[in-house]
Amino acid sequence: MGAGIVSYGAYIPMYRLSREEIVRVWGCGSGRGEKAVANCDEDSLTMGVAAGLDCLKGFNRETVDGLYFASLSAPYREKQSASIIAAALDLRRDAFTADFCHSLRGGASAIRAAMDAVNAGAAKTVMVIASDCRLPPPNSATELLLGDGAAALLIGSEGPVAVIENRFAITSDFLDVWKRDRGDSYMRAWESRFIIDKGYNAHMKEAVAGLLKGAGIGPKDIAKAAYYAPDESNHKSMGRKLGLEPNQVQPPLFDVMGNTGTAFFMMLLVAALEKAGPGDLLLGAGYGDGAESFLFRVTDRINTVRDRRGIERHLGSKMMLPGYGRYLKFRDLMEWESTPVPPPESSENVFYREEKALFRGYGRQCTVCGHVQFPPQRICMWCQAKDQFDEVRIVDKTGKLFTFSIDERAAFSLDLPNVLVIVDLEGGGRIYNQATDRDPGNLRVGMDMEFTFRKFHEGSGFHNYSWKLQPVRC
Amino acid sequence: MAESFKDKVAIIGMGCTPFGELWDKDVDDLIVDAATEAVEDAGIDLKDIQAVWAGTANSGVTGSSVSAPLQLQYVPVSRVENACATGIESIRHAALALASGVYDLVLAVGFEKLKDLGFPGLHPGKLSDKFHPIYPAGGTGPGRYALAATRYFERYGFAPDEGKRTIGKISVKSHYSGARNPKAHLRNEVTLDQVLKAPMIAWPLGLYDCCGVTDGASAAVLCRTDDVKRFAPHHREDYITIKGIGVSAGPGWGKNKEDYDFTHWPETEAASSQAYEMAGITNPRKQLDMAEIHDCFSIAELIAMESLGFCENGHAREMLIDNGATIAPQFREAVMKKWGATEKEIAQCPDSEDVLIVNHSGGLKSFGHPVGGSGGREIYEIYKQIQGKAEDASRQLKDVRLGLAHNQGGHPGRFVCAVMIVGVPAERL
Repeated sequence: MGAGIVSYGAYIPMYRLSREEIVRVWGCGSGRGEKAVANCDEDSLTMGVAAGLDCLKGFNRETVDGLYFASLSAPYREKQSASIIAAALDLRRDAFTADFCHSLRGGASAIRAAMDAVNAGAAKTVMVIASDCRLPPPNSATELLLGDGAAALLIGSEGPVAVIENRFAITSDFLDVWKRDRGDSYMRAWESRFIIDKGYNAHMKEAVAGLLKGAGIGPKDIAKAAYYAPDESNHKSMGRKLGLEPNQVQPPLFDVMGNTGTAFFMMLLVAALEKAGPGDLLLGAGYGDGAESFLFRVTDRINTVRDRRGIERHLGSKMMLPGYGRYLKFRDLMEWESTPVPPPESSENVFYREEKALFRGYGRQCTVCGHVQFPPQRICMWCQAKDQFDEVRIVDKTGKLFTFSIDERAAFSLDLPNVLVIVDLEGGGRIYNQATDRDPGNLRVGMDMEFTFRKFHEGSGFHNYSWKLQPVRC
Repeated sequence: MAESFKDKVAIIGMGCTPFGELWDKDVDDLIVDAATEAVEDAGIDLKDIQAVWAGTANSGVTGSSVSAPLQLQYVPVSRVENACATGIESIRHAALALASGVYDLVLAVGFEKLKDLGFPGLHPGKLSDKFHPIYPAGGTGPGRYALAATRYFERYGFAPDEGKRTIGKISVKSHYSGARNPKAHLRNEVTLDQVLKAPMIAWPLGLYDCCGVTDGASAAVLCRTDDVKRFAPHHREDYITIKGIGVSAGPGWGKNKEDYDFTHWPETEAASSQAYEMAGITNPRKQLDMAEIHDCFSIAELIAMESLGFCENGHAREMLIDNGATIAPQFREAVMKKWGATEKEIAQCPDSEDVLIVNHSGGLKSFGHPVGGSGGREIYEIYKQIQGKAEDASRQLKDVRLGLAHNQGGHPGRFVCAVMIVGVPAERL
């Protein structure tokens, strides 16, 4: 059997910004609904980890042979993101990794590459994660459009929930939206009417027509079509151009999430899979530098992966940003008041020595007394036995909030107050950490908490990632 | 077998600068002021000092931080650092050296200059015991102590406003005392209403639940008790002796071990047990006359009183706070009125032997906490009260014979604690 989707997952950040608020702040434009906005400790990498964890639910991470990460907003221009995500997901050290950056089509390209690896027998399962947290120019139509989010697909040959029946791609050097290596803080674009007509419309139609022709089917055979579009009206008109009835079109979520770039069509595909039944034919199509399309047939295994947070549950779990000012803080979009408080510092040496704890999320369990403990010590905190531990991954566990504080004046935080928590984990182990994605007015001793991979700060000029805690989200 | 340390070492002179935002004073000025006062108080010459302990957390490195401003000529000077326990630690090291017989006359100086940073609060990079980019999690003093307050309220069933009122009374008391202490930093009285309505720092700790950030220094001249007349001929009878000392560094994993509940200070329990045993104290509440304890936050005073054994855990509210048992008799009625106590409550005065006056100086709350300077400042308060030399007559306590000083460094779950009990010499007891 050829490659298919073995599992899926997605992530949408907790915060939403109302489009009315954006319009109000700038006094121009129009928009309705809201867009998903990453917290200040999130970026495309951390959202990718969250989508990857959602996708891995119920799967043995040891069986994942490779990880491809697609994004237009990778946190490093030089330095792979997939390698850090692979560590946070605790994939095998010999799992191969690659980033698919620089193209809006990166997610689709990564799916193709994963399929090829599986079909060639080079890998049994490859995870594809697409994630974007693109920074639109303030006071622009793009700012109203873009949202943040991530999707993950596990591509493999064993036990697929959807087999890949066909695929088709065209490549074009068409220049519609771009950002130069130097000098462009924000994306640039050529005239909208031209790039929609000769770029998006032309390429998508060509890619989908080629797909359907190759499969020997027509548009009416499609149960749901999950395809990219820059905005709602072009999404709607593309449905007509492809010969799809409205009920065949997977709703594009512009009003509740926004255009999530590289991740967008994959997130719509995950939303389609959440509702799909065995036998359904799903169309997925990504756009950028040409276009690329896939035809999936859903299998009866689809009912074994219903417990994802995916799109629907993440959409239902949200907090509204109180205003545009908080968004400015989250994206660090202004030159802020300068104070003599020294910035945070860091050391790459610490991350090198403690990768297993800080990225892979392992604590230790004493083999003499059995206590799970974190951070890892040489001598047991409980029975003082020396160097007699098993390493145990703790960040997949949940725990109970034992106590907390709400620090209104902590240094360094773009998201005051700093909520400190003590959490006792199921199966043992106690964690002191920050809580993120929390409503400070709604913290209660005893509430359920879970881990989430976040960026703590940028001390010493790099992204200091590790695990934080949050109230169990949904 | 260790010998008894009780009464072997005497404090024959002490100095303490005014505490505050001392914009016109360099750290060297503070050291000179405190050391000079102590040496003059002892009636000795600085040149006779044979060894020095310099206690500071961050305001100097090596013994030269003290030898340089004091122009000491090649005598041994060691820097002592044990975070907020530094001040008592430097006096303890001086006392132990005397007990060993190696030196006869020594000086301990504790000092800190916190207000040259250019921003309020403490230096965020110097709060952690070991550099780590992730594990401190942005924790601050108030943020970390508030973890204990939240848990204390939870464990003993205090509704949030009930908990806030309980610890707020401690701040009302400290401010009232501090307002009458000429050397204190914060010298304003506050009402309970002001405490409750103050800006939040780290829930549930508001502005008045937190001590000031302050500059200051203190110093002590010590010799063996047997030698007092040799070194302090003009000092007559009012030197004091060290009755007991205790220091405890916990393993420090309370934040990571489920058997710690954040409502007691195990390091304080251990350090005070050591000191009580040395001093022969079996009932601290009845035997001690006063205690200067580590109240960097109001909740810290509450929990420290329990961990020092002044009452059983969980009972500070009714046994020590609500009944005014820790307030000086001359302040009691006025302080209790400030928190809205009824005439009946005020009239229900605890038996005199159940009164243990806590932080009569105004505490860290009013003095602020210049880290290395605080321990000596606490002992200075007991020293002056025993001598009957309180700077302001309204503050003078009657018949103080035995007092306890307590400091702890770190945060709930990871402390070092130092306790020192001092009092009138054995022959005058």
